[in-house]
Amino acid sequence: MHPPDTTVAPDLPEPHHIAPETLLYLDGVSVSFDGFRALNSLSLIIDRGEMRAIIGPNGAGKTTMMDVVTGRTRPDQGEVLFADRIDLTALNETEIANLGIGRKFQKPTVFENLTVFENLSLALRADRRILFTLFSGISPEQTGRIEQALETIRLTAQRDRAAGALSHGQKQWLEIGMLLVQEPDLMLLDEPVAGMTDAETEQTVELLHEISNTHSLVVVEHDMNFVRDLDCRVTVLDEGQVIAEGPMDAIQSDPRVIEVYLGR
Amino acid sequence: MGPLSSRLFALESRRGWTVFMGLAAVLMLVVPVLNLVVPQDAWLHVSTFWVTTLGKFLCFAMLALALDLIWGYAGILSLGHGAFFGLGGYAMGMYLMRQIGERGVYGHPELPDFMVFLNWKELPWYWFGFDSFAFAVLMAMLVPGSLAFVFGWLAFRSRITGVYFSIISQAMVFAMMLAFFRNEMGFGGNNGLTDFKDLLGFDLSASTTKVGLYLASALMLGLVYLLCRYVVTSKLGRVLIAVRDAESRVRFLGYSVTRAKLFVFTLSAMLAGIAGALYVPQVGIINPGEFTPAKSIEIAIWVAVGGRGTLFGAAAGAVAVNGAKSLLTGIAPEIWLFFLGALFILVTLLMPRGLVGVVRQWHERRAIAKTSRSDSHASA
Repeated sequence: MHPPDTTVAPDLPEPHHIAPETLLYLDGVSVSFDGFRALNSLSLIIDRGEMRAIIGPNGAGKTTMMDVVTGRTRPDQGEVLFADRIDLTALNETEIANLGIGRKFQKPTVFENLTVFENLSLALRADRRILFTLFSGISPEQTGRIEQALETIRLTAQRDRAAGALSHGQKQWLEIGMLLVQEPDLMLLDEPVAGMTDAETEQTVELLHEISNTHSLVVVEHDMNFVRDLDCRVTVLDEGQVIAEGPMDAIQSDPRVIEVYLGR
Repeated sequence: MGPLSSRLFALESRRGWTVFMGLAAVLMLVVPVLNLVVPQDAWLHVSTFWVTTLGKFLCFAMLALALDLIWGYAGILSLGHGAFFGLGGYAMGMYLMRQIGERGVYGHPELPDFMVFLNWKELPWYWFGFDSFAFAVLMAMLVPGSLAFVFGWLAFRSRITGVYFSIISQAMVFAMMLAFFRNEMGFGGNNGLTDFKDLLGFDLSASTTKVGLYLASALMLGLVYLLCRYVVTSKLGRVLIAVRDAESRVRFLGYSVTRAKLFVFTLSAMLAGIAGALYVPQVGIINPGEFTPAKSIEIAIWVAVGGRGTLFGAAAGAVAVNGAKSLLTGIAPEIWLFFLGALFILVTLLMPRGLVGVVRQWHERRAIAKTSRSDSHASA
């Protein structure tokens, strides 16, 4: 993979102690759209190897937070650092993806006219340069990795079908599979179980647990039961800010969280 | 088989290769034989006029392939591809002008007639080198390629897509037309470049030269087709389809959409330039009329009629539409434009996947009918 021009943030003044186990570091991030504050001085730290769920009512800034991390939206202020203090605000989507941040969108966007296998082969970790893609073939080892991913996301039987012909839940899985073969250091999943049946949701929980053994994950979700099943640390956003953070049990008894979810 | 030859063989299905080879045999063996060997009064004889007309169509087919590569696969609808075709044509035209030498009306050893007429004393700097055929051929690719690279870089970097891109590509070809109409540009203005005498020493009015140019066009069309097949069947081809269908998603996978588009757009412009360079010696003239916006739009119609995103269909569409044009403008020239307009509307409404789509549908239906018939036999 060709290294994008990365910018390392200048020496940070105290008290910026970024612990070595920190993978993603957001501090005081604000984003406004036409006067609407989507993110309001948001601070968040994700550790290496962690699975984190992010919940919050509509408009809390969950998707905007992901947009900021993946380079789709530039923050008005604040710091967004990844791994060894790489400043993400200076990079574009492609460069950030090549740094090792993968994203699954809220609405599944797979390439409908390509087969399931081809979708995965595009996502596969490999040289992304144009001339390389023009001349490279696919190695047996890469085919093996794709087939392994197909097993994991339970789509082996659909290998050569057009992705457009998959069911909604299968498309969600295909997207997760595409993230898997991309082998990112950090995976951002925006509503991975939206529109899934209960059985599919259960399988997805299993799948995410499997993935979290080897990856750092941030999962944004509405479905409380699903988040409880994930059994991980939970961050609650409201009006562009973190209002609570901790294990699910503690979150559910937090008066501010109850107010946000039930109070209006 | 080596990796390259097996890759080459895999460019087409078995049936695809059969059709390709069959067409190659007809175009490169049967047509020349019918022209050169069969006596002129025999009904099977193909006149040199028709050979040259077919040669022109093959150049258009090449141009259609170039457009299909970017429109059908990467979703970039360029309505200014006539610019690249024309530039390739001008590069070849400049070589042919230099070949005239002292045989011009004014008999100047170096300057083309129109420059003498304009009272120019010496050759402008950008005309140097065009006395060499190799240089002219190189420029026929490099000039369109460079223009496409700069234009594409500006457009794709700013994420100009869809109809906005189409409109600025129209503006580009229109600007080219206005520029080339000016005498001061040094490309013959309104009249363009014409009165060519010979190419590489071969007399352009000789019918063997005409058949030779036709054969060169057929050969080049085959090579361009295979090159395009190579691109669309490579991993880059899948990246392009992905860009066409969900551009922003491709960025999040780590591919540079700008570079992918820039590569294929530049390649397409170079192929259009080659088509233009082969076209000009066959028609004997190149003038700013090639930069008329309507001509560039017509290219998109050929591709749409044939079926975009199929390559083969684009080439077939170019030949079919231009064949119809030749026939109709011979019979009733005044209805041609109405026909073209109606064709575009009907194709869009009734066969959105073009001629190739119709043929495929027919094949599928026949296959279904066959299986259901054999099913009923089995149950009976």
